[in-house]
Amino acid sequence: MTYEPVIGLEVHAQLLTRSKIFCGCSTTFGASPNSHTCPVCLGMPGVLPVLNRSVVEYSLRMALATHCRIAPYSQFARKNYFYPDLPKGYQISQYELPLARDGWVEIRTEAGIKKIRIHRIHMEEDAGKLVHDEYQPVSYVDFNRTGVPLIEIVSEPDIASPEEAATYLRTLREILRYLEICDGNMEEGSLRCDANISLRPTGAKFLGVKTELKNMNSFKNVQKALEFEIRRQSALLERGEPVVQETRLWDANRNITVSMRGKEEAHDYRYFPDPDLVPIEIDADWIQTVRSSLPELPDAKRNRFMDQYGLSSSDADVLTSSRSLADYFEAVVRAFPQPKTAANWIMSELMRELKKDDCEVEDCPVSPDNLVELLSLLDSGTVSGKMAKGVFEEMYATGKTASTIVAEKGLKQVKDAGTIESLVEEVLSENTVEVTQYRAGKEKLMGFFVGQVMKKSKGKANPQMVNEILRKKLRG
Amino acid sequence: MDLCGLTIHQLRELLTQKAVSAAEVTSAYLQRIQSIDSKLHSYLEVFAKEALKQARDFDEGKRDFNLSPIAGIPIAVKDVLCMRGVRTTCGSRILENYVPPYDGTVIEALRNAGAVFVGKTNLDEFAMGSSTENSAYCQTRNPWDLDRVPGGSSGGSAAAVAANLCAGAIGTDTGGSIRQPASFCGVVGLKPTYGRVSRFGLVAFASSLDQIGPITKDVKDAALLLQILAGYDRRDSTSVQSPVPPYGERLEESIKGLRLGIPREYFVEGMDPEVAEAVEKSIRICGELGAEIIEVSLPHTEYGVAAYYIIAPAEASSNLARYDGVKYGLRTPDCRDLLTMYRTSRSRGFGPEVKRRIMLGTYVLSAGYYDAYYRKASQVRTLIRKDFLEAFQRCDALLTPVSPIPAFKVGEKSEDPLQMYLSDAFTLPASLAGVPGISVPCGFTSQGLPIGLQILGPHFREDLILRIAHQFQQATPECRRTPPLNEDP
Repeated sequence: MTYEPVIGLEVHAQLLTRSKIFCGCSTTFGASPNSHTCPVCLGMPGVLPVLNRSVVEYSLRMALATHCRIAPYSQFARKNYFYPDLPKGYQISQYELPLARDGWVEIRTEAGIKKIRIHRIHMEEDAGKLVHDEYQPVSYVDFNRTGVPLIEIVSEPDIASPEEAATYLRTLREILRYLEICDGNMEEGSLRCDANISLRPTGAKFLGVKTELKNMNSFKNVQKALEFEIRRQSALLERGEPVVQETRLWDANRNITVSMRGKEEAHDYRYFPDPDLVPIEIDADWIQTVRSSLPELPDAKRNRFMDQYGLSSSDADVLTSSRSLADYFEAVVRAFPQPKTAANWIMSELMRELKKDDCEVEDCPVSPDNLVELLSLLDSGTVSGKMAKGVFEEMYATGKTASTIVAEKGLKQVKDAGTIESLVEEVLSENTVEVTQYRAGKEKLMGFFVGQVMKKSKGKANPQMVNEILRKKLRG
Repeated sequence: MDLCGLTIHQLRELLTQKAVSAAEVTSAYLQRIQSIDSKLHSYLEVFAKEALKQARDFDEGKRDFNLSPIAGIPIAVKDVLCMRGVRTTCGSRILENYVPPYDGTVIEALRNAGAVFVGKTNLDEFAMGSSTENSAYCQTRNPWDLDRVPGGSSGGSAAAVAANLCAGAIGTDTGGSIRQPASFCGVVGLKPTYGRVSRFGLVAFASSLDQIGPITKDVKDAALLLQILAGYDRRDSTSVQSPVPPYGERLEESIKGLRLGIPREYFVEGMDPEVAEAVEKSIRICGELGAEIIEVSLPHTEYGVAAYYIIAPAEASSNLARYDGVKYGLRTPDCRDLLTMYRTSRSRGFGPEVKRRIMLGTYVLSAGYYDAYYRKASQVRTLIRKDFLEAFQRCDALLTPVSPIPAFKVGEKSEDPLQMYLSDAFTLPASLAGVPGISVPCGFTSQGLPIGLQILGPHFREDLILRIAHQFQQATPECRRTPPLNEDP
C-alpha cells in the first residue's frame, strides 16, 4: 500500500520589539547572562506583568499578512509546568482565546500555487536558557531570554510533503522578514519549528496517528526529519504495527528521530485565564491602522516585478527573496530604467560578491547609486562589459565610485579611430606571416588579430571598432 | 497620656500642635510592643531602630509633617507586602530569608506619605487561613482572649491594632482576610473594590481576589489610610483608572434616606445567637439614624464557599509554582537531581494548609476536571456578581454579619478545614463579586468577644460604606472598647 503524509507545523517566531513582552527589559541577544532582567521577568514574589503594546501590533501585522480573523477580544492564559528556565512556574501564553484564527498563506509548489491554512496565531513569552557546566554536574540559568515576545503560528494539516513543509516555512519567514517583525534566524532560534505528522493510505479521508517532531533547527533539518519520519512510520504500517502517538526529537548527528515522551507522559499544562492580565480588546480602528501600515508582501511584489519590469518569474523570485534586495533593485531601476540589465547585474555580480562575504544586501558597500553610475558608464560605452566587471569588483572591495576607479586606472575605453588604426597597423606589420595566411583564406585568424590589438591597448580599445578597422585593413 | 490608645487622626493633631514628637509616639509603641507582644505574637519582625530614625527625621525637620495625614505615624504592615531590603516571609518557611529588591506600590505610597514602619505582622502562610494558625513562625493570639484566635489571615495586623501596638495597619483580603480578623479583634477593617488598590508588590495568593486595605481603630482612620492606598497603578493591569474621591469629606453626612438592604441569605440557622442579636440591633440603629431598611435577596450566596474554594486554590496552585528552590527562598541542599530538589524544597517549605490548597487547585485545573470545577465555579462567580449588581439596583448598601461566630479557640477548628472554610461564608461572596466591604465593631458577646457588622457597597463606593460605618460608629460609642491587656510591670 502507498501512504501519504499529513503534516502541520507549529512555528515560533521571536518578535523584534525593543523590550520584553511584560516588562521594560531589553530583548537584545548576546548580553552577559542575567543582565537583561528585572523582578518582573525573574518572577520575584509580588510582581505583575504589564503587556507591551508593540507586541500586539507586531503580532497583528503577521495575523493580517496571513489573512487571519482578528479576535475582538482575546486573553492570556497560564501554561503551568515546572522547569528551571521558567521562573514563574508557568508560561504566559494564549489558549482558549488566541489573538487570531483562520488565515492562510500561498506557497508555490511544482504543481502550482497551494493554499496552506493557518489555524491560529497567538502571543506568548519565551523561557530562559539553561547552561550546563562541561566539567561539573552544575547547571546555570540565564534569564535574558525570559519574557522575549513570541508568536506561535499553527498551520492546519494541509502540508503534503517535506518539501512543501520547507517551502511553507520559507514563505512564513519571508513574510516575517518583510514585516520586519522577526529576523527569521533558525540557527539562532529566533524562528523555531515543531511538526505534527501522520500517514494515511493515499487518497484516504481519515487521519492516522500522529507524532510530534521537535528540535529541528534549520530548514534542511525540518525536511530531513519529516523524510525520516515518513520512512519510519510507513515501515511500521507496512509491518502492520501501530504508530504510537508521541513526541520525538530530531537527532541531527544520527539523522533519525528518537522518542522523547509518550502520550501518557504528556504534560497536563492546566491552562487557565491569567488573572493578572486584562483581556485584549482590538477594535476595527486599530486593525485598520495596522493594515494600512503593512508593506507590500512578497507575493504581491513578485507579481508586480513581473508585470512592471517584465522580469521572468525566476528573476522576480530571486529579487523579491528579501525586502531589502527588492528595494535595492528598485532603487537602481528608478535611476537606470533598464530592468533586465539591472536585474542581471544584481543577480550575478552583486549577489556573488555578497555570498562570498556572507554579507546581507543592507551592508553592501556598493550603493544603488554607485551601481547606477557604473551601469551608465557601460551603457554609454565609456567602459567595456569586461572592464565593468573588474570595476565592480574594485568598487565592492574599496567602496570607491565607478568613475573614480575608471579615472584612477585610466580605464576609459579608447574610441579614437586614429589611435586604433595605428595600433592595428603595428600589429599587422609585426605579424606578416599571419596576414598572408588570413588573406589566403584562413579567416579564423581574425580572433588572433583582435586579441593582439586589445593587448596593445591594455584592453581599452573599443572591440567593435577594432574589428571594423582590422577587417578594412586586412581586405586592403 | 496613653499615646498608644489614640487613633491616627488624634495623633495627627497632637503632632501638628507639637504637643508630642514623632519620636515619642514611636517610642511609646515600641515599648508597648516589647512589653506585651510576647503574649500576642502579632509581629514577625519589629523595626525598632529604623522606625525611630524615620520618626526623628520628622522631628528634626528633615521631613515635613504636612506630607500627609499619616506622616510620622507608626504603621504596621502584613508580611505579605514586599518592602525593599527587609525580609518578606509571607509566614512561610519557603521564604524564610527572602529579601525583596523592591518596594511594592502600596509600600512606596506609604513611604512617600511619611508613614513610620514599625514592623511586619503575622499571618496565615501565604494569607491562606482564617485564624493565623497557619503561620510557620508563631500563633498570634486574640487580645480579647489569649486562648482564642485573632481571625485571619491578617490576624497579626488586626491584633496589633486592637492591642494598640501600632496606630494603624495594612492587611490583605482575598476571601475575608481583613474583615473577619477586624471583627474578631473589635477593630475596623476595609476591603476595597477589586482594582481600587494596586497589587504590585503584594505576594499573590489568588490574583483575581486579592486586595490590600486598612485595619484601623476607627472609620475615620480607615478613610485616611485608604486615601493613600487607592489609585491607578500602571504596574498593575487590573488596577482601575477610576478617580479617587476624597474619602474623609462626607463622613459626617447623615445616612438619612439611604436604603440599606438586608440579604436574607445571610441570616441562617446555626449562626451564633449573640452575633445574630448584635447585628439585628445594629440594623435597628441604622434605621433609627434615618436609613430605610429593606429586605433583599442574593440567591446564589450558598454557592459562594464552593466557588471560592475552587477559584482561589486554582490561582494559588499556579501563583505558588515559582517557589521551586531555583532562584530564591528555601532550597534543600545536596539533591541528586532536579525533581528531588523541587520535591523536597516544596515539601519542607510549605505548611499543610498551603499544600492542601495547591493540591485542590491543581486538581480543579486538571485536564478532564477543568470544565466541571474551574469553569463551573467561574460561571457561579458571574452569577454571584450579578446578585450584587441587582441588589444594588434596589438599595444603596447591604448590612450583614461579618462572621457567623465570634473568635474561636486556638486549635478548635484547625483539625477540620471544612468547618474553617464554612465560617467565611459571609465574606466570600463580596470577594467573588469584587465589591468593597467594611467590618465595623457592633457589640460584644457575653464572654466579652467583639462582634462585627459588615457593610457592603457597590463597586468603587468605598466613600459610601465608610460614611455609613462612620455614622454607625458615632451612634454606638459603647462598641468601641480596648481589650483588657496589662503591660508587664
